[in-house]
Amino acid sequence: MSESVHELQSRALAQLDAIWDNESVEAWRVEYIGRKGAVNALFEQIGALPKAERGAFGKAANELKNALEAAFQAKVGAIKQRALSEALEAEPLDVTLPGRQPARGHVHPTIQTLREIYKIFGEMGFQVYRTRQVETDMMNFQLLNIPPYHPARDNWSTFYVAGAEEKVLLRTHTSPGQIRAMRAGYPNPVRAILPGMCYRYEQISARYEIQFNQVEGIVVGRHITFGDLKGTLTEFARRMFGARPVRFYGDHFPFTEPSAQMDVRCIICEGKGTDPLCKYTGWLEILGSGMVHPDVLRNGGYDPNEWSGFAFGMGPERITMLKHGIQDIRYFWGNDLRFLEQF
Amino acid sequence: MQVPVSWLQDFVDLTLPVDALAEKLTFAGLEVEDIEYIGLPSAKAGSNKTLAWDREKIFVAQLVEALPHPNADRLKIVRVAYGQGAPVEMVTGAPNIRVGDAGQKVVLALEGSRLYDGHQDGRAIMTLKKSKIRGVESAAMVCSEKELGLSDEHEGILILPDDAPVGTPLADYLGDAILTVKINPNFARAQSVLGVAREVAALTGQTVRLPQTWNTHAVGAPQTAFVEIEIADAQLCQRFSALLIRNVTLKPSPFWMQQRLLRAGMRPINNIVDITNYVMLGYGKPLHAFDYDALLARANGAMPKICVRPARAGEQMQTLDGQQRTFRAHDILVADARGPVGIGGIMGGSETEVSDATKNVLLESAIFDFISIRRTTAEQKLPSEAATRFGRGIPASQNVAPARVAAELMRDLADGAIDPALADNYPAPQPSITVEITTREVARLLGITMPLAEMERILRALDFTVTPLSAEALRVAPPAYRTDVDGADDVLEELVRIYGFEKIPSTLIADALPPLEGNVALEQEEQARDILVDAGLQEIVTYAFTHPAHESQLVPLETAATAFPLPARAYVALENPISAERSVLRQTLLPNMLDIAASNLRHAKRVALFEIGSVFLTRGAGETQPGDLPEDASLPLEPRRLGIVLTGLRHESTWQSAAVELMDFYDLKGIVQELGAGLHVRDLDFVATAHPALHPGRAAELRIGAAAVGVLGELHPLTREKWALPAQAVLVAEFDLEKILAHAETRFIVRTISRYPAIVQDIALLVDENVQAARVEGLIRQTGGALLTDAHLFDVYRGEPLPPGKKSLAYTLTFQALDQVLSDADAAKARAKIVARLARQVGAELRSG
Ligand SMILES: [Zn+2]
Repeated sequence: MSESVHELQSRALAQLDAIWDNESVEAWRVEYIGRKGAVNALFEQIGALPKAERGAFGKAANELKNALEAAFQAKVGAIKQRALSEALEAEPLDVTLPGRQPARGHVHPTIQTLREIYKIFGEMGFQVYRTRQVETDMMNFQLLNIPPYHPARDNWSTFYVAGAEEKVLLRTHTSPGQIRAMRAGYPNPVRAILPGMCYRYEQISARYEIQFNQVEGIVVGRHITFGDLKGTLTEFARRMFGARPVRFYGDHFPFTEPSAQMDVRCIICEGKGTDPLCKYTGWLEILGSGMVHPDVLRNGGYDPNEWSGFAFGMGPERITMLKHGIQDIRYFWGNDLRFLEQF
Repeated sequence: MQVPVSWLQDFVDLTLPVDALAEKLTFAGLEVEDIEYIGLPSAKAGSNKTLAWDREKIFVAQLVEALPHPNADRLKIVRVAYGQGAPVEMVTGAPNIRVGDAGQKVVLALEGSRLYDGHQDGRAIMTLKKSKIRGVESAAMVCSEKELGLSDEHEGILILPDDAPVGTPLADYLGDAILTVKINPNFARAQSVLGVAREVAALTGQTVRLPQTWNTHAVGAPQTAFVEIEIADAQLCQRFSALLIRNVTLKPSPFWMQQRLLRAGMRPINNIVDITNYVMLGYGKPLHAFDYDALLARANGAMPKICVRPARAGEQMQTLDGQQRTFRAHDILVADARGPVGIGGIMGGSETEVSDATKNVLLESAIFDFISIRRTTAEQKLPSEAATRFGRGIPASQNVAPARVAAELMRDLADGAIDPALADNYPAPQPSITVEITTREVARLLGITMPLAEMERILRALDFTVTPLSAEALRVAPPAYRTDVDGADDVLEELVRIYGFEKIPSTLIADALPPLEGNVALEQEEQARDILVDAGLQEIVTYAFTHPAHESQLVPLETAATAFPLPARAYVALENPISAERSVLRQTLLPNMLDIAASNLRHAKRVALFEIGSVFLTRGAGETQPGDLPEDASLPLEPRRLGIVLTGLRHESTWQSAAVELMDFYDLKGIVQELGAGLHVRDLDFVATAHPALHPGRAAELRIGAAAVGVLGELHPLTREKWALPAQAVLVAEFDLEKILAHAETRFIVRTISRYPAIVQDIALLVDENVQAARVEGLIRQTGGALLTDAHLFDVYRGEPLPPGKKSLAYTLTFQALDQVLSDADAAKARAKIVARLARQVGAELRSG
C-alpha cells in the first residue's frame, strides 16, 4: 500500500512534466488532487488500515498532497510564462526598419555659430550689442581712421546708397559698431560683441559673398593691455576649436595699432601643413585684432591717455566652414534644405 | 608683390633658410602668402609647384660643335661640354642652334633628369631616357625654357649669357625662390625689393647694401639747360625731378634683367622701359621715360617747359595704351605748353612715349598726391604697378636716388650719356617727425616691461634716429624713407612686431566690468527661433538685396500702401548694384523666401521655412528706431521681420503610410499660435482680411490688442504662379517681429491648479454658416466665467441631417472650482447660461445632450 503512494507520486509528476496546456493541466488536477481525485481516494482508505499504520500512511498521503499541489502551482505558472513568452516572441519587429522621426527644424548654421560665440564671450562678461546695417561713410570709415580715398579702402569694396546727400553705404564690416558701442557706453568701461550682416561689392564665388556676417568685439577700460587681448582671444579659440595652439602675428587695420592676426593650429593636419584647408601652412586664420587706435578711442568719446582698449573681428561663416569642412560659401544663402538639415 | 630671393640678396645677406625667413616676415606683419621655387626643392610637402633641378644631372654647359644629322635635315648632332669627362653627344631639333655653331652657353640635362615635357600642353613631368632619334643614339638633352619650367617658351633652347659658369649645377646658377608678399597699407615702404630687404635686415640683424649713388641728397634747380619744371600746386605734386640721358640705343635688356622682371611679374619690353620697371620693382620708385625729341618737337625746338597742374575740365589726351581720355578738374596732369603729355603717376601720353626711334630720354621722377592718384586710377580704371605704389604714398626725399640708379643703368645697358644737371622742383620738403616714447607707455598698452635698451636696439635696427631723454624715455625720428610714423602708437607697433607678439604673456582682463544689462530683444528673438524650430520649421537666411519688380510680384505697388508687408516707400537703392536683380534693399522678406521654397521643391515634398531678418525702409519724418544716434535721422529704418512659408506634405511618407495630407491655413495658424504661447503673448487675434497677395477668404491679419502686427494666409493662386510653385496650398506669413516681442510677457503669472475634481460636458451647437468660431468660443468663455476652465472645439460638421447654411460646432466644456467640489447642478446651471447666451447673441441651437 505504502509503495503505491510513491508510485502514485512518480506517475503523477511524470505525467505533469509532459503537460504544457491549460486543459490537460486542469484534467491532471481533477485526476490527482481534485475532490474525487487519487489523493483523496488514499485518504478514504485510511479508515480501512490497521491503527498502527494509519499515522504513517496519513503522513505520507499528506506529503503527497502537498507535493502534488506545489507541482501543480509551479506548472500553472510555467505554462503561463511559456505562453507569454511565445506570444511575445510571435511578433518580433525588424529593428532595422526606419523609425518615425518627428519633423524637426534647424537653426541656420550661421546663427548656430553666432550663438556659440555669444555664449563663449557672454561668459567672459561681454554683452551683445547690435547696430545698424546701412551706415554713413563717416561711421563706417572716417571715424575709424579711413579717410576718403585712403589706400586702406582697397580692402573694403563698398556698396553705396544712391541719392543720399551725405555718403551712405552698406556697412562693409561691423567695426562702425565700435564707435556706437563706445558712444553708448561712455563713461563706463565697454565690453561688447557686435554681430551682424555686412556687405561687400564682390563677384560671388566659392570664396566671396556679397553679404556675410561678422562679429566685432570691443573692450575699453582704464588698464586694458595687449596681454588682455591675447588672453581673451586665446580663451575664445580654446572654447571654439578645442585645446590647440594659437599664434599672433603682425597685421594692419587702420582702426587698431598695434594690430595682430590670430591663427589656430590647423584642425585637419594638426600643423603638419599637408592639406589645402590651411593652404599647407599648418595654421588657420581665425580673426584680426589689435589695440584700439587712439583716434578711434577719441572718436568714441574716450581720452586715449586715460583709457585703452582692444578690438577684434571674425567671420562666423568662415568659422562654420572650417569646423564643418564646407568648401563653398554660397551654401549659406543658397538655403538648400539638403545642406541646412545636416546641422 | 613678388620678390625673387636672388634679387633680395643684392641688398642683404640672408642668414635663414627661405621658409624660415618667410615665417619671420609674416610674423612681423609683412605676410608672405606664397613661396614659388624655381628649380629648387620646396621646403614643404604638398606645395611644390615647380620641378627641382637635379644638381647631379642638370648643368650650365657649352656647345663644342654642331654637326648635321645624317638622316634628317632639321635635326643636328651637338656635342656639349660641362667640365666633367668628355663632351656629351646628343640630337637636337632646336632652330636656334645651327650646324657649325660653337661656344654658346646652354643647359645640359643628363639621362635620368626630371623635366617638363616640352611637347605637351601645360606642365607634365617626364624623365629623360636614352633614345635613338633617326638612328642616332641620344642620352642627354639641351633644354628649352619650357622644359625647365622657366616659361612656356619652347621654340628653341635656352641660350645663357656668355659669362655663365660652365659646369655649375643649374640650380645654383638660375635657381630661385619667389616670395609673394602681401603689402598692407602701413607697409608702403616695403613696396620694393629694397624695402623688403630693409625689413629682412632689421629682423635678422644684418645691414642693407645700397648702390653708391644712393646717398646723394642733392636738390637740383627747377631750370636746367634741357628742361624747365613748374609745379602749379604743391599739394598735388610735392616734387618733380628729371634727368636727361642722351644717345641711348634701344634693344632688349640683358638676360639677368629679363629674368628678374619676369620673376617679379612684369614682361620685358626693351631696355629703356625695362630699366624704369626694374627700378620701380627694385627700389619702389615709379619713373617715366619721355622721348625728349618728341617734347622738343612739341615746343618747336625750344627748351621744353613742363608744368604739373590740375586738369582743365574736359581736357583730353591719348594715353600710351591708345585710349583717348577726358579729364576732370581733380586729375593731375603733366603738361607742356601744348597740353598734357601724361597723367601724373599713372600713365604717359602716346605722343611722347619711348619708341624704337628714341635717341634721347627725359627721365621723370615725381611725387604726386596719393589720394588724387587713387581717385584718378579708380575713375579712369587704370590700375598699374606704378599707381599702386604712388597710391600708398612715396616720400619726397626718396625721389632722386632711384632716378640716378636708372640713369646709370641706361648708361650701362643702353650706351647712353647722362647729362650732369638735375632738373628738380621741390616746393614742399618732407617734414621731419620726432616722437617721444616711454617705457611706461609700453607697459600701459602692451602689459610688459621692455627695457629702454631693447627699445633702442629695435628702433635703431629699423633705421630710426634715437635720442635717449631719460632712463625711461626716448625721442625717436623715423628714417626719411618712411612717412607712416607720426605718433607713439606707431612706434609701439614697430616695437611689438620686432620684439615678437609671442613674447607678450596672455592675461585675463582684470579691469572693471561695465554694468551688465543683457540684450532682451536678441534673447527674445533667439527664443522665437527655438519655438519655430521646435515646431518643425527650418530657418533660412536670404539676401537683403532684391529688385522692386520682384517684390511687386507679391503685392502690386499701387495697392501696397495698404497691404502689409509692403509699405511702398521709396526703395533704398544702390548706386553700384552688383546686378539689376539685386539693385535695392528688400522691404519684405517673402519674395526671396518664396524663391528658396521654389528651388527646394525640386527635391523636397515638405517645405517649412522661416526667416528672421531686417528689411530696409526709407525713414519718414519723425520716425525713430532703438539705438538711433542724432546723426542717424536720415538713415533708413531697419525693422526686424519674421517670415514663414509652408507648403507640401504635413508629414513625410513612411514605410507604413504614404503621406497625402497637405498643409493648409490651420497648420500655419497653429504655428503662429504656438509662437504666441511660447513667447507668452496674450490677446493674439486673427481677423479675417482681404489681401492682394492672398487667397480670398483664406487670409487673416494678426493683431495684438488693437495693434496690427502682420498678415498670414494662403498665397493667391495667381501669386503662386508667379513663383512657378506647384498647384497646392502655399501658406505665408510676415510679421513685424519687434511688435510681437514687445508684447511678450517675460514675467507671466501662473494659473493655480484646482485640487477638486472637474466636471466635463460636451455640447453641440447649430449655428449659421457665417458665425465665426472665435465669436462662439469667446461667448462661451465669457459666460462660463471662472468656473469654466477649458472649452475645446472637437468637431465642426456640415451636411445631412443639418439644414443647408448651417453648421454644427461641438465643444468639450470643463467646469472646475478652485475652492470646492462642484455639483452636477452647478455645472448644469453654468452650461444652461452659456447656451442661453449663445442662443440670444448668435442664434445658436443646442443640438443634443
Ligand atoms: Zn592643415
